[in-house]
Amino acid sequence: MTTLHNMSVAELAHALQTKQVSAVEVATAFLARAGGNPHNTFLDIDSEVTLAQAQASDVRIAAGTAGALEGVPIAHKDVFVTRDFATTAGSKILSGYRSPFDATVVHKLGGAGMVTLGKLNCDEFAMGSANENSAYGAVTNPWNTTRIPGGSSGGSAAAVAARLTPAATGTDTGGSIRQPASFCGITGIKPTYGRASRYGMIAYASSLDQAGPMARSAEDCALLLSAMCGPDVDRDATSLDVPAENFSAKLGDSLAGLRIGIPKEFFGDGLATDVRTAIDAALKTLEAQGAKLVPITLPRTELAIPVYYIIAPAEASSNLSRFDGVKFGHRAKDYTDLVSMYKKTRAEGFGEEVKRRIMTGAYVLSHGYYDAYYLQAQKIRRMIADDFQRAFAECDVIAGPVAPTVAWKLGNNASDPLADYLADIFTLPASLAGLPGMSMPVGFGENHLPVGMQLIGNYLQEARLLNVAHQYQLNTDFHNAKPEGV
Amino acid sequence: MTAPKLVQGYEVVIGFETHAQLSTQSKIFSRASVAFGAEPNTQACAVDMALPGTLPVMNLGAVERAIEFGLGVNAHIAERSIFARKNYFYPDLPKGYQISQFEIPVVQGGEVSFFLEVGKETVHKTVRLERAHLEEDAGKSLHEDFIGQSGIDLNRAGTPLLEIVTQPDMRSSEEAVAYAKELHKIVTWIGICDGNMQEGSFRCDANVSVRKPGAPLGTRREIKNLNSFKFMQQAIDYEVRWQIDQIEDGHAIEQATVLFDPDTGETRAMRTKEDAADYRYFPDPDLPPLVIGRDWVERVKSDMAELPRVMAERFVKDYALPEYDATLLTQSKAAAAYFEATAKACGQPKLASNWIMGEVSRRLNSGEVTFDNIPVSATQLGALISRIQDNTINNNSAKQVFEVLWTDGTSAEGAADAARVDAIIEAKGLKQMNDTGELEKIIDEVLAANPKNVEEFKAGNAKALNGLVGPIMKASKGKANPAQVNALLMKKLG
Repeated sequence: MTTLHNMSVAELAHALQTKQVSAVEVATAFLARAGGNPHNTFLDIDSEVTLAQAQASDVRIAAGTAGALEGVPIAHKDVFVTRDFATTAGSKILSGYRSPFDATVVHKLGGAGMVTLGKLNCDEFAMGSANENSAYGAVTNPWNTTRIPGGSSGGSAAAVAARLTPAATGTDTGGSIRQPASFCGITGIKPTYGRASRYGMIAYASSLDQAGPMARSAEDCALLLSAMCGPDVDRDATSLDVPAENFSAKLGDSLAGLRIGIPKEFFGDGLATDVRTAIDAALKTLEAQGAKLVPITLPRTELAIPVYYIIAPAEASSNLSRFDGVKFGHRAKDYTDLVSMYKKTRAEGFGEEVKRRIMTGAYVLSHGYYDAYYLQAQKIRRMIADDFQRAFAECDVIAGPVAPTVAWKLGNNASDPLADYLADIFTLPASLAGLPGMSMPVGFGENHLPVGMQLIGNYLQEARLLNVAHQYQLNTDFHNAKPEGV
Repeated sequence: MTAPKLVQGYEVVIGFETHAQLSTQSKIFSRASVAFGAEPNTQACAVDMALPGTLPVMNLGAVERAIEFGLGVNAHIAERSIFARKNYFYPDLPKGYQISQFEIPVVQGGEVSFFLEVGKETVHKTVRLERAHLEEDAGKSLHEDFIGQSGIDLNRAGTPLLEIVTQPDMRSSEEAVAYAKELHKIVTWIGICDGNMQEGSFRCDANVSVRKPGAPLGTRREIKNLNSFKFMQQAIDYEVRWQIDQIEDGHAIEQATVLFDPDTGETRAMRTKEDAADYRYFPDPDLPPLVIGRDWVERVKSDMAELPRVMAERFVKDYALPEYDATLLTQSKAAAAYFEATAKACGQPKLASNWIMGEVSRRLNSGEVTFDNIPVSATQLGALISRIQDNTINNNSAKQVFEVLWTDGTSAEGAADAARVDAIIEAKGLKQMNDTGELEKIIDEVLAANPKNVEEFKAGNAKALNGLVGPIMKASKGKANPAQVNALLMKKLG
């Protein structure tokens, strides 16, 4: 048996079910690795809680009532509320906040038997592409600690890459699962909007937010996604009334005849050569496995940036109004009246990027600007979704880069938020259309930094995406590569 | 339609916004109870408190009630309506926004019709509705119990409301109050609101402006939270006088929100248009469009009790009642049921209507009694009317019987009722004098005793007859049949 922390979710689940190892042993091993909080990935750890959950798993395994993922550890992005751990969403305004309930996704993974290692660092309220917007400090990339891990699920990606956890949850609003997965050389999938319940996920941009798993392989992601998804219509009105699916059962299809759409807009001048080289090589591999490459066009790709940075901040400006110091979270110490309490609380509690997006959002929704910005953005959003439907008439999946470059240096874009925004160009279109998208490692670029390929499927085609990635991973080894020293 | 009543040469223009609390068990977007009067914050769940990660889910019971209302006022039920967020900060608004409907409401158009007395005339008035939309209520700020601080009670947060907005169709405070009463009747009749104004289940805001006849609409001021019909009229009357005084003094009216103080009888401005917030409305991304299929509307329709408007139409058609009677008899379900039972018992719908709108409502108005505990049962009243109809007693005697039934009433139902009516007639000796011989004898005596009236009548003064009928009725101890008295008099004097 390999070292526990190098085992995949599938391997751990099997070892636990067959009693080669106990849940407590597994949890103890991972808690030990998290000691000292490498890469500043964890925001909350409570070994007592984790070990108690592991003991309960061992009891169920002994009793023969084990869940599909019994005893396998997982850590949650800090935007999922949890009863047993603090939840801050990476913000000072929720410092020490304890939710009276678990998010549906957390509950479902717990129901499958998973043991929670703790909560993972992220950009404040999931706003960011580098995990540098966390009130609790930046996360470093395990492949090169001078680099960012990507964001906003940077803590999740770094923790999986550094083998601090075999699996993590992430959330993706404009690429927040796919981009950090790409930058950290792991596999992550954002399902169709509405597949996973948003109940208990602290809202950033409600019409875009979607939960998904992050792990090392497509096979692991399939196991995790099967446990996470399913209708939750009594708690989340945007939850799709589509039954849960066993994605693992659908990983055996050959790629022969599969039509892979290559959008020319994803391969323009803005794409770094090292990323392009890795993607091209991966496309050749897929071709060799029987897939056919079909040139397609997604003509409004560039418009996805302004559209996203209108809609997401608009929703955020409203979603974050509840953090007002009245009911929970931070409240300023010295204030003279109600308005001063609001102002001081929010000025102290929110970070720069969150304030920037609240202000942008309030602006685009305000009287006299609504039609020109918000309404116009909604129209283009629908056109972007239509472009995808035209493309899917010609292909089965769409492939391209996740991001134009590999992970950049920490602090690189600190004075230029727009540079971060522009780097989201390839992940935003699928988010705006509500389509499933994933990232899988396909090689390395400059400084031996990972490159991820993005796969986009039509609505509810997660199984197909996971199968393509799994078939690719059966033939390649990039997903098993480890950062130095791990 | 009569010409609008002017006040000091000004026409009054009033529009209403009414918040009717819908009678659901749970809140509009959560499963917490809406029961009134619980300890603060004991009926606020995670969703109502806007805890991080919570989401709203539509209570279909609230939608159903909105559909019922739309059907009740002949409105269009939108097949697709949109929930929007109204953004503003206030401690009793937990999310920092209120979920309401803005651009596309669930109920569109419709009208409310009613009768009101203008001077001696009965006027039929129709107020057009602009819309009715679903929204959630806020919590309450408690400023009294905490020195230097405010308490927040979120029990009311998320309570389902239907906001009903009229066109500016009312032209006097009397019309406004009559509209509000009619609307109150409709929502309580169909059972979508308990109508309790003290507890805030039915709150009215009145938009009031004045103008010279023919001029464009004046600037309006909105009187908030009128929670009794009495204050409503006082507040509007005061506001109208105040606005006219301002204009007469050369001041322009500034758009404002005002509150009525029942202690001083005055309205005072809370905020002016300059303070008006930009609510940054936008469609709530947490709630998909509310889709109401025709089949749902049909299902609600078939399950609904007969509406007052429909019932009134039926009364006109089936009982040949005037529209006025039909409308008054359908002021409440209990009144309508009482009428139908009475009409059935006596087979005389118009007489039943006259009695209910006359004697019965006179007694109801003067006492604590309602149709629910009325001492004279419908079958008793029906029996009484039958006795008038078959000439056993006359109308005046019937009133005496009614008096006995009312004050000494054991409102037993069934066959005994008719027997009881007859027993009272017998006991009081009220049986009509149908014996012409005896009556003629009385008439002859009266004619002989009043030669002056006889002369005058013969000279062409028809009124002189009254001076004869009175003494005849008195001499018969009220038992003479007035029609018969008339006929005999004409014969003898003709």
